[in-house]
Amino acid sequence: MTALSTPATAEAAATTGVADAGTPERETALSVRDVYKVFGRKPVEAVRRLEQGASRDDVKTLGTAAVIDASFDVKQGEIFVVMGLSGSGKSTLIRMLNGLWKPTSGQVLLGGTDLAQADAKEMRALRRRSVSMVFQHFALLPHRTVLDNAAYPLEIQGVGKAERREKARRSLELVGLGGWEDSLPSQLSGGMRQRVGLARALAADTDVLLMDEAFSALDPLIRREMQEQLLELQQTLGKTIIFITHDLNEAMHLGDRIAVMRDGRIVQIGTAEQILSDPANDYVAQFVADVDRTRVLTASSVMVRPAVVVPMGGGPRQASRTMREAQVSAAYVVDRQRRLQGVVRDADAVAALKAGKESLEGLVLDGVAPVSPDTPLAEIFAPAAESPLPVAVTDESGRLVGVVPRVTLLEAMVPGEQPRTGEVAVEAVRDAVDCTHAQDAAVQDAAVDGRPSAEGGAA
Amino acid sequence: MSDTFIPRFPFGEWVEAFVDWMTDVFKPVFAIIKDVLVGIYDVLDTVLSSPPFWVVALVLAALAFLAKGWKLAVGSLVGFVVIAGVAQWDNAMDTLALVLLAAAITLLIAVPLGIWAARNDHVSRVVRPVLDFMQTMPAFVYLIPTVVIFLTGPVPGIIATIVFALAPGVRFTELGIRQVDKEVVEAGHAFGSTPGRILRQIQLPLAMPTIMAGVNQVIMLSLSMVVIAGFVGAGGLGQPVVQALSSIDVALGFEAGLSVVILAMFLDRVTSALADRAPVSRALAAARV
Repeated sequence: MTALSTPATAEAAATTGVADAGTPERETALSVRDVYKVFGRKPVEAVRRLEQGASRDDVKTLGTAAVIDASFDVKQGEIFVVMGLSGSGKSTLIRMLNGLWKPTSGQVLLGGTDLAQADAKEMRALRRRSVSMVFQHFALLPHRTVLDNAAYPLEIQGVGKAERREKARRSLELVGLGGWEDSLPSQLSGGMRQRVGLARALAADTDVLLMDEAFSALDPLIRREMQEQLLELQQTLGKTIIFITHDLNEAMHLGDRIAVMRDGRIVQIGTAEQILSDPANDYVAQFVADVDRTRVLTASSVMVRPAVVVPMGGGPRQASRTMREAQVSAAYVVDRQRRLQGVVRDADAVAALKAGKESLEGLVLDGVAPVSPDTPLAEIFAPAAESPLPVAVTDESGRLVGVVPRVTLLEAMVPGEQPRTGEVAVEAVRDAVDCTHAQDAAVQDAAVDGRPSAEGGAA
Repeated sequence: MSDTFIPRFPFGEWVEAFVDWMTDVFKPVFAIIKDVLVGIYDVLDTVLSSPPFWVVALVLAALAFLAKGWKLAVGSLVGFVVIAGVAQWDNAMDTLALVLLAAAITLLIAVPLGIWAARNDHVSRVVRPVLDFMQTMPAFVYLIPTVVIFLTGPVPGIIATIVFALAPGVRFTELGIRQVDKEVVEAGHAFGSTPGRILRQIQLPLAMPTIMAGVNQVIMLSLSMVVIAGFVGAGGLGQPVVQALSSIDVALGFEAGLSVVILAMFLDRVTSALADRAPVSRALAAARV
């Protein structure tokens, strides 16, 4: 066994990972380093040429390069999606993560062990302990009941019959198959069979879960249902999931991060939004052209700085002047901490000014429906249609971090129009923070407060 | 054609020399094999032949009932009555003993060989042409060296039968295991199962319907070969067939032949019914209900 540089931390990750899930500083669960896999007559020679810059076609005579120079880390509790069309090498890649294939060169580090170096016995022990798998065509044992199928990994682990059946029963209940224990797989529908496959993988109780096109053989509706169920389960289980798919919508829906593969190479790794708004090359851009962007892009990636923000403490005078200068008839009102208070209309502000009022008290209308930075665009259309103002985006403490004008919303629908999205939006939010800061000079620390929240919203 | 300049290849002489050499060198080994086979055959034959006709017929019919159902049981019983009615019952039981023994030994060799061939491409590549050769060589030809080695009696017949019936046993086993869904085997590996366990828990059960089809073929081929072995004094139904042939006795030939057919149908239906009873076949059948 070849120890990696920090076996202790990797072990620690394996034990404490679930508790850490959700925090940004998660331990690495699985690490793939410069991995090549070539099938054929002279794999080692082929890898040498590939390393020197030869293309996949150049080494055709030496062998088939299924995976070329793959490197990535998967964090504890993350859903890492590998997406690519058939022949892109994704199935080979996932099979190297549990040693079903050995890399021709490179390292696959899992729980302190380099799978590329492990012998057959170590590999079996590792599979029992650390990594389970869900298969495209379910791969259930047809002659065993649902319960015994789910208990299979525990049987291999050497768990006694009563205990493994109890555990299998629980994981079947977890996937909603309680009551089907005594059925045979052939008596179930495709979706139910894959639930058995999932229950089996969960019964193994490993930290890492490999899912090889797990939902691809299912009907679209069932697939959607299974995706939702997986996300729901993931909330409580916090497994490290590597999910293989050829379906971009599925990848975007499930993946915390997505690796796009083409012809054996990983061409881009990033969040769904990053890939959508900043494709690494034309191939990825073309690939994402058909995606339902409204479900992937979120408010944070398209929001812009609010043109007009009225500070609560500024009173009717400042409010009416600000609105007059910006030539708008209404504006969002924020307090000293930049928390969104509501909307003020110019007519009300002017009337209050004439009445000699010193404060905006009583003028601020609520009924504003702000959205969070993580809200998909699909869910912003309705508020945008109803509101005369751009839709307000607030963070978890209610601070206004940006707005989504209707025109921005529409622009975001057009692929290839990038200036309004991604990194640019973050800049816009920073500008917005600065702008607010300038307007509300009294609140010196607003910008300091605002910056992390703006980054948090866009990340 | 005598003027061709192709020299006379001495293949035949070589094989003959080889067989002579084997007979010479392995004499004690062959003697042991012969004793063992004769011993087992005698026991089997005694079990089948010594009880009265009705007892054996009813037991066999009961087997048919257990394997398939009452229709096969009744049909078998009627067939056995026909065999007894044409005075071939004793011969039929001799033949059945020969077939069961030869088929059992064949399977003992064929199934492990098939498993090995399924797991190892090199083995498969070597085994395949050998099986082709064994299967296409005229069946009679096997009798010649076996007679040289074992003389007459049931043993050369059994050995020749084994050689002749080996091919389908190996082939079906290899095919069955290779046909097992790769993903299911992968699942075994992915959950950390050992290769031996994968073989026992996944590959063999899933290949069982195909392997049972192979068992059926082995038994059918054994039966046909056992009849041919009548030429070397193997006894059983082959004997009246040979006798009828040499004396051009149409009546005897038909009666013996009919008995072979009935026995063949019984063995075929029972073994294919057993194939349907494999857990995997039953699981798949359950889905259709």
